[in-house]
Amino acid sequence: MPTRADVCAVAVAECFRGDGEILANPIGTIPMVGGRLARASFEPDLCMTDGYALLIANDEAAELPPERKVVEYWNPYRSMFDWVWSGRRHVMMGATQVDRYGNQNIAAIGDYAKPRAMLLGYRGAPGNTINDTTSYWVPNHNPQVLCEKVDTVCGIGYDRAATLGEETARFHEIRRVVTNLCVLDFETPDHRMRLRSLHPGVTADEVVGATGFELVVPDDVPESRLPDDDELRLLYEVIDPDGAREKEVPNP
Amino acid sequence: MAAHKRRTEDDVVAHLRDGMTIGIGGWGSRRKPMSIIRAILRSPLRDLTLVTYGGPDVGLLCAAGKVKRVVYAFVSLDSIPLEPHFRKARQEGVIEDEPLDEGMFLLGLQAAAWRVPFLPTRVGLGSDLFRDNPRLRTVRSPYDDGEELVAAPALVLDAALVHLNRGDARGNGQFLGPDLYFDDLMLSAATGNRFMSVERIVDTADFAKEGSFHTQRISRMMVDGVVEAPGGAHFTSCQPDYERDEAFQREYAGTAKSAEAWDAFKAAWLDLSEDEYQSRRQVTGNEPA
Repeated sequence: MPTRADVCAVAVAECFRGDGEILANPIGTIPMVGGRLARASFEPDLCMTDGYALLIANDEAAELPPERKVVEYWNPYRSMFDWVWSGRRHVMMGATQVDRYGNQNIAAIGDYAKPRAMLLGYRGAPGNTINDTTSYWVPNHNPQVLCEKVDTVCGIGYDRAATLGEETARFHEIRRVVTNLCVLDFETPDHRMRLRSLHPGVTADEVVGATGFELVVPDDVPESRLPDDDELRLLYEVIDPDGAREKEVPNP
Repeated sequence: MAAHKRRTEDDVVAHLRDGMTIGIGGWGSRRKPMSIIRAILRSPLRDLTLVTYGGPDVGLLCAAGKVKRVVYAFVSLDSIPLEPHFRKARQEGVIEDEPLDEGMFLLGLQAAAWRVPFLPTRVGLGSDLFRDNPRLRTVRSPYDDGEELVAAPALVLDAALVHLNRGDARGNGQFLGPDLYFDDLMLSAATGNRFMSVERIVDTADFAKEGSFHTQRISRMMVDGVVEAPGGAHFTSCQPDYERDEAFQREYAGTAKSAEAWDAFKAAWLDLSEDEYQSRRQVTGNEPA
């Protein structure tokens, strides 16, 4: 029986389906495992980083010693912005807060001028979301994270993009939000967040109760796709044999 | 015989003035010019505006009351994601701040280096950067597309401080790690007072023994003074010369929890000369006392 972390990894991998020869840039433990899984199976043309300044061909998600890295390209931060601004990247970021339209906050909680909790700052979220497809990873689905209104809009959501107009926002796409409970997307007429699939053992009511805004819940919500045998082998033997993913999302 | 530009950390600080806008190289807790930061901490300098991909340089200067304003996209210690002294300063409202996006920051440095007031970009449109950074403006394309873009403002610096792996006495510099970050742009965005510390000063002819010419990315045309500072990036990383001193960084991060902890850290590690700092950390195996 696959673990919850296995299901999350597959859900992350699915975010990159169809992306082709671009930089898949998932940030976090399970995002990295899932991105590697996509490349090792159905999306072989993806490029991926070592977490630092190299694009590497290795399938392992954990950090490798330099001599084991198979380097495809030297990718210092300056090159990273070239990918971002030319539309050749799909990043999966974390989110301290994310709302129903996919606005994301990682900067600060409370009034930005004198925050209750200063976090990272805007980082690259504004540039990521206006230029490229973006997805989010939420390892602990709760109403504080999936909230009614984010305190600071770092990554812009669909309502903000609509205000900018079709032309200006033509590169904007928030594809998915993968959490420890479910997969969410924005495939509704007004791009409000929708429950796309439930991880095995999770109910729609549970997700609704853990979400701080009104979620679009279709009548029939499918179960999140389970890993097939080949994917399980990749996860357990190649990509994450030490099970780092289980520490990020423990099996319930 | 060409003139050398060798300086000490204290020479560098003597060129700096209260209220200056100072760019600091490196990224997060990586290859920061910490020996020069420590010299600033020992000096009476104040009211500084810092422009940097921020790490413990920002936190230390905030904790010591040197900072008026921070221009930043993030401040992080990498292995400790949030910089506790910077957080404290922001949450107590004792510093001004100007948030930017990481890429917008690069464009601002490039604009300053190219002597134009801004560079156009899509970055920032629709975000709350326009709420939190009143300096930002948009600009309309004069061409047929007529697109509205962000005018990323030039980040003109009064001084720039960077730390490289190798340098020569005339101010050429070489990075041997994985990333130059934006150190060349940081130096180029400054109107003067462009200082580079290095792990080791070598003869110009010996750069080739250290790494390929692709690693020689700092020209003496960018640099007014070079400081030989072995261990000068400590406790941040300076690959391949040394990794980050994680134990020291944890100790530093812990000092944000009380004034007493900060005072003890300051007495042990900041109220002393750079030579004393370097010999003490070697004696104690890099562990704080």
